[in-house]
Amino acid sequence: MTEAQTLPTRRDEAWRYADIDAVQRLGIAALDTWQDIAVADGETWQDTMVIGSDAPELRRIRLTLGAGATAAIFVTNTGRDFTRVEVEVTLGKGAHFEFGGVTIGGGDAVREFVTTTIHAEPDATSNQTVRAVHWGTGTGNFLGEIKVARHAQKTDAAQDFKGLLLEAGASANAVPQLEIFADDVKCAHGATVGQLDEAARYYMAARGLSPEQSQRLLVQAFLGDAFVELDDEAAREKLLDAALTALEGASL
Amino acid sequence: MLKIDNLHAEVDGAGGKKAILKGLSLEVPAGEVHAIMGPNGAGKSTLANVLGGKPGYEVTQGSVAFKGEDLFDLDPHERAATGLFLGFQYPVEIPGVSNVQFLREALNSQRKYRGEEALSGGEFLKLAKDKAALLKMDMEMLKRQVNVGFSGGEKKRAEMVQMGILDPSFAVLDETDSGLDIDALRIVGEGINSIMRSGDKGVLLITHYQRLLDVVKPDRVSVLAGGRIVQTGGPELALRLEAEGYDAVMAEAAA
Repeated sequence: MTEAQTLPTRRDEAWRYADIDAVQRLGIAALDTWQDIAVADGETWQDTMVIGSDAPELRRIRLTLGAGATAAIFVTNTGRDFTRVEVEVTLGKGAHFEFGGVTIGGGDAVREFVTTTIHAEPDATSNQTVRAVHWGTGTGNFLGEIKVARHAQKTDAAQDFKGLLLEAGASANAVPQLEIFADDVKCAHGATVGQLDEAARYYMAARGLSPEQSQRLLVQAFLGDAFVELDDEAAREKLLDAALTALEGASL
Repeated sequence: MLKIDNLHAEVDGAGGKKAILKGLSLEVPAGEVHAIMGPNGAGKSTLANVLGGKPGYEVTQGSVAFKGEDLFDLDPHERAATGLFLGFQYPVEIPGVSNVQFLREALNSQRKYRGEEALSGGEFLKLAKDKAALLKMDMEMLKRQVNVGFSGGEKKRAEMVQMGILDPSFAVLDETDSGLDIDALRIVGEGINSIMRSGDKGVLLITHYQRLLDVVKPDRVSVLAGGRIVQTGGPELALRLEAEGYDAVMAEAAA
């Protein structure tokens, strides 16, 4: 079944910061590759992924969580061309969705996470933490839409985005979108963009750390939040290592 | 060991560059603790910042030789690896980085620069434990994030633990005594003595107060005013400054 009849344009809200040229290179067929996952009542599902190469990539995941189900996705996005991970999740009663994402890279590539979190039933919770580290004219985006249905009372949804730009010319975009029809809900979102702490870098240099080392340590600390909810230490190391490998060669 | 000759330096400020150091000369040989005192705005912290290589400071004239090398040829991290330690007046908080990780990487980075072998995790922890005990600091604090949530006194004590672990040959301590209560002052002073009192090490101790000097007992004391050293003497000079104030002692020196 073909869902996408035409390629998206920047006029589409969910594609406003995308690299449309790269989407055209991907072609319409790529837009139809939704991966559908249903997590049954009370079940737990988790996926971790490192995504990114020299070619454009698009990953689309559609999750349906039953009552009391839990799903978690942790991603390191190191694309050197347009790389987009899209997640659409529908939460059942009392379900929980956890998302931790990192975009990291220089060049002129756009990396993005686009999430649609649908709180369809009461008592569900969701938590999304995204960190973006960019240099060159690289870009990191987080477009996070949260929809709360009219009867989905006691919904607790949180989104947290932080961008770290290592040089002028890089950019980070955060687009939180809340659509709330219930009246007894908590929806928190925060977004900040900053630079490396120069005082910390000097302090670290005064103790003998080279500019590369202090940058790596500070970036590692900055990224940590995105994977703090990932219990599997080996998986967490793998995601962090992929990010820090991508950092090598970044401007200092 | 450290030879500062006719040093002139400017700092970037709101109203453009401002000259702070105006021909500062000072020599600290190995085996000496040299205290620098001086009124506010004399250039004491600027001196520490210039020696450390802090961005925003520009040396316009003069030279500093450290262990025979031109200090200004070295980047800040290379100065540290060469044996220079800078004790910060305001130690910086680094969220998300533990003291243990920070100091182990710092020490091993210095050792690598000097062509020495890296310490293993176990060797490093033993060293850190010893030095923390010396400063009566709970090892648990070293597992916490660098300076995050530390009180002013704990930060200064942590600076001395860092100094103990890194074992520099020369320390520039910028108002390490500020923010310390009387007990902590003695612990920090004794820490300086045990870590740095040695025939092949030197200390430049920047301070406002006699109290720390009661414990550390400097060999020489200099008065920094208006960006230059205006007077140098023995430990008795610090006592006179404490008793009579800068104006009186400096007026006498000028006469």
